[in-house]
Amino acid sequence: MLRLDKLTKTYKTGDQALKAVELEIPQGQVVALIGPSGAGKSTLIRCINRLVEPTSGKVWLGDTELTELGAGALRRERRRMGMIFQEYALVERLTVMENVLSGRLGYVGFWRSLTRRFPQKDVDEAFRLLDRVGLVHMADKRADELSGGQRQRVGICRALIQDPALLLVDEPTASLDPKTSRQIMRLICELCAERGLAAIINIHDVALAQMFVARVIGLRAGAVEFDGPPDALTPDVLTTIYGEEDWVATIDKVEDEEDTLDPEAVA
Amino acid sequence: MPVIETPEGPIWRRRTRGQAMARWFGWLLGLAAFLWCWSRISEATTWFFVRDAPRIAGDILGRALPPRWSYIDNLWWPIWDTLNIATLGTIIALILAVPVAFLAARNTTPSALIVRPIALLIIVSTRSINSLIWALLLIAIIGPGVFAGVIAIAIRSIGFCAKLLYEAIEEISATQVEAITATGASRWQVMAYGIVPQIAPAFAGIAVFRWDINIRESTVLGLVGAGGIGLQLQASLNTLAWPQVSLILLVILFAVVLSEWVSAKVRAAII
Repeated sequence: MLRLDKLTKTYKTGDQALKAVELEIPQGQVVALIGPSGAGKSTLIRCINRLVEPTSGKVWLGDTELTELGAGALRRERRRMGMIFQEYALVERLTVMENVLSGRLGYVGFWRSLTRRFPQKDVDEAFRLLDRVGLVHMADKRADELSGGQRQRVGICRALIQDPALLLVDEPTASLDPKTSRQIMRLICELCAERGLAAIINIHDVALAQMFVARVIGLRAGAVEFDGPPDALTPDVLTTIYGEEDWVATIDKVEDEEDTLDPEAVA
Repeated sequence: MPVIETPEGPIWRRRTRGQAMARWFGWLLGLAAFLWCWSRISEATTWFFVRDAPRIAGDILGRALPPRWSYIDNLWWPIWDTLNIATLGTIIALILAVPVAFLAARNTTPSALIVRPIALLIIVSTRSINSLIWALLLIAIIGPGVFAGVIAIAIRSIGFCAKLLYEAIEEISATQVEAITATGASRWQVMAYGIVPQIAPAFAGIAVFRWDINIRESTVLGLVGAGGIGLQLQASLNTLAWPQVSLILLVILFAVVLSEWVSAKVRAAII
């Protein structure tokens, strides 16, 4: 369903964020992408919907090759890829409903979207989704009045109302407490199962990833270091993913290392 | 450097002896320059007039009070003109400033090499000339009257509004824009959903702030013939009609207080 073919990204500074990444994700599979900060996880998912332009390589979404598309065709393909962000990335001064409906922007003309006259079936779908995540009573609240977990649910609704085939999820739980993190991960995985969506989830918390996904991909310095089921993540594998040279670049990751090497988590 | 080793142990001073001397010498030079300037000003001043000032001021105040209240009937139109000059000028300035701001902001400009410098030039050039001077120029071009005042205020305000607005645009959160882009929204939709909501409070704040300033500025435009209450002020000053002057000043004060109150209300409402 999604296929990356020698996907490479070199930033202007000369940093090679992705080194010819090869990856194939079948329909309906939820994949966790782990690896230290700076390994290229964010770059990878942003190269798929071209928020970051890949330097070379190809991205196939179904039968469409994305890297060659012009602006209009790219916008149409972006509708098939819902994105969920670390800091929720809701438009703070718009209401919850407006935020959810903004997921339909790719389907609605400019004037209709400007005057907020979305088709009734979009509004119905927005209410259904908000009801599904338990926020229907918040529809008229402004996004900045919500708590972190609630905001992320709105972010999920915005991605799902696009009617996507694929979810690109960038650190969905990094700003949330442990309990809310689990709830959000559970919600994303349930919704993917309900709708048969494939998803790539960037995540720092290896234990959390193991709890919910069927396949884990370990990225290190822009290259796939591990690809397998969550059970196969042994301490040795984790050591190769979070290798010594990466600690220098990211001192913050010490905490993560402790998490991942926790025997309970790895077991 | 400030630590001085002595047999009893190190002593710490804020400055070394040399630094302290240099500072004292600097102060001495400054004081001398001030006194010299003072003496030059004193030589060029006719002290008789200055000594006379309190008496003259008292005299004018005496003549100006009480204000000639009946003159108010001649002021309704001019103050209405003044408010209109400020309001229309601000509206025109805002309409022109929005595109300039988007072209000038680093994150929305279509071309940082060509378009952005032009937008910045518009901002700098309109901002650097006082509205009174714009009015003088415009009176020569389009003749005296309210219209010249409106245009003068508008031109003067473009740069101010565009500068504050483009700074607000540069400070928006990029991830919100990214999120809207990721939905497949078009360029204009990204602007309407991702950028406009983020800068709306700044825009409203800038608009009332500039309107507030423009009310003050438009009260003096009449001095050069660009309409509004300044015209009456100048006429009254020229004929030494002090009771009228005091009434005009009171009316201006009232208008400014009113505009302060309105802009404070608006700003409180948008936060």
